[in-house]
Amino acid sequence: MSLSLEQSPTTGDDVITNYTINFGPQHPAAHGVLRMVMELDGEIIERIDPHVGLLHRGTEKLIEHKTYLQALPYFDRLDYCSPLAMEHSYVLAVEKLLNIEVPLRAQYLRVLFAELTRICNHMLNLGSHVMDVGAMTPNLWMFEVREDCLNFFERASGARMHAAWFRPGGVHQDVPLKLLTDIADWIDTRLHPLFNDAMSLVVDNRIFKQRNVDIGVVSKEDALRWGFSGPMIRGSGIAWDLRKSQPYDVYDRMDFAVPVGTSGDCYDRFMVRVEEVRQSARIIQQCIAQMPEGPVASTDRKVVPPKRAEMKQSMEALIHHFKLYTEGFHVPAGEVYVATESPKGEFGVYLVSDGSNKPYRCKIRPTAFSHLQAMDFMSVGHMLPDVTAIIGAIDVVFGECDR
Amino acid sequence: MTVLHSAPRWTSNEGVLDTLVAALGDMVVASKEEHGEIVLTVARDRVEDALRLLRDEHEYQQLMDIAGVDYPQRAERFDVCYCLLSVTRNHRIVVKVTTDEVAPVPTVTTLWPNAGWYEREVYDMFGVLFAGNPDLRRILTDYGFQGHPFRKDFPLTGYVELRYSEEDKRVVYEPVQLAQDLRQFDFMSPWEGADYVLPGDEKAVQAAPPPKVDTPKTTEKPADTGAGAKANAEAAKKTDGDGA
Repeated sequence: MSLSLEQSPTTGDDVITNYTINFGPQHPAAHGVLRMVMELDGEIIERIDPHVGLLHRGTEKLIEHKTYLQALPYFDRLDYCSPLAMEHSYVLAVEKLLNIEVPLRAQYLRVLFAELTRICNHMLNLGSHVMDVGAMTPNLWMFEVREDCLNFFERASGARMHAAWFRPGGVHQDVPLKLLTDIADWIDTRLHPLFNDAMSLVVDNRIFKQRNVDIGVVSKEDALRWGFSGPMIRGSGIAWDLRKSQPYDVYDRMDFAVPVGTSGDCYDRFMVRVEEVRQSARIIQQCIAQMPEGPVASTDRKVVPPKRAEMKQSMEALIHHFKLYTEGFHVPAGEVYVATESPKGEFGVYLVSDGSNKPYRCKIRPTAFSHLQAMDFMSVGHMLPDVTAIIGAIDVVFGECDR
Repeated sequence: MTVLHSAPRWTSNEGVLDTLVAALGDMVVASKEEHGEIVLTVARDRVEDALRLLRDEHEYQQLMDIAGVDYPQRAERFDVCYCLLSVTRNHRIVVKVTTDEVAPVPTVTTLWPNAGWYEREVYDMFGVLFAGNPDLRRILTDYGFQGHPFRKDFPLTGYVELRYSEEDKRVVYEPVQLAQDLRQFDFMSPWEGADYVLPGDEKAVQAAPPPKVDTPKTTEKPADTGAGAKANAEAAKKTDGDGA
């Protein structure tokens, strides 16, 4: 027998040799193309080496070759479960370099749709997490809610998933009043009943708790050391939410609570997300109630193109439109790191501008990179089936992780 | 400058830059505060000490990101930027070091375990070496990939493309063949300081000046014109204008 194999006597007299298996890259519980090389001792995990990058498309390189406006749709395609939250970081980074004022209505609209995106994302994650540990029904019910959200995105932007609706300086176009009233009705008549029904099957379910409680426990100190953010750091008991601590747009006007976990296990992360859905619904209701009338994009014509009706009357508008859709706008030289609270955690954009119409460098800080890296330390000593629960509670999407 | 944008607002930067520069002492090479961001450039071989000081004494507990940036025209072409977050003081800073293709940057995996993948990513994308990183493999590119794709001199199309070969029953790599040239649109206005030669203008530069002659040709009297004597005196006569 080879000496390089580690031998561990686990079953009395018999010597069992560690063995290595591949989890993925095509595994339904891997939430995408994740390959994990696992070293197992029986069913106990001794080491995990996640291999990422199978979905690497070079987004950051592509962005360097596009104007600031053309780069925006790439962000939809990063985390395709929460497209508008990705755009949010980018437009705020561009606005920070430009230092332009965004009209209040646009800020409310962005917060409203960012929260709708959060609900949409959590529906997918909670549902698939439940399904990863063995239940089918709640997932189907929550896809109903997700479908409603996607329809709202379509009514606002014309696209169900890849909205490309946020723009540096505001949003692309205003929403009809009926859409806002429909969203308000939907929260009362659809979201809460459906979501509460689905959760009533899960949160106190004995099997679900057996699969999640005390699995993948992360202490507060470890959560800080490993660069956790979002529901992962809140699940470990640190009340850290960028919407509260570093408010952007109109989050400082919103009244919402930040749920935290107590023991830092997969169940806590799940429950943090469940409560976040309810808090997001509260934020949406406040947005609809408080939203003022007014323009939905900055009137700075050197950044935001004029509307078509204006172009019919004004030569100046026509020139601006032509210049903005060919050359694009120039962004002052400098560098900013802007991070927002995406549904999965801190999604950051490190934007370096050289003063031209294209980003010199656009580094995207994916949420999953830190979380997935901690797979090894979270899973060691657990059983093989626990890995699916841990991945489910990380909420990883590979469009964003691999970029 | 008044803040007009609505990007994330953290604790005031006031006095932070001076405090940190004083605390880091001679480790700081340059520092600036622009666009509301504090950026400290530190000496490459001292980066671990600097970040340890920032983490332990100044409460920047979390390393959120490590970004590489390539400036090919510089002697030390790469920037490695560490984005730090303080959860207790609610503040962010960026710490930078510069390096080139061969000089390794000390690893910070000793301070933050999650630096491992971020350093692997910068190594993979830019070829920056990190001394002390226990697992400096490629991370995002394919197994066996060659080159560092985010360098500015790496073409956007790459060098190889892959397809499934029916004959070999496997995926094969082939040199990139574009059916159409990669179109790089440049919408910069040539009247606003373009630093390149406009299409067609290169001919003006290439056209050689006319050769020199010993005696330059001048026309000071009618004999110099080369026209000679009048061929037909009758032709010079004025007519009365009816053309008949």
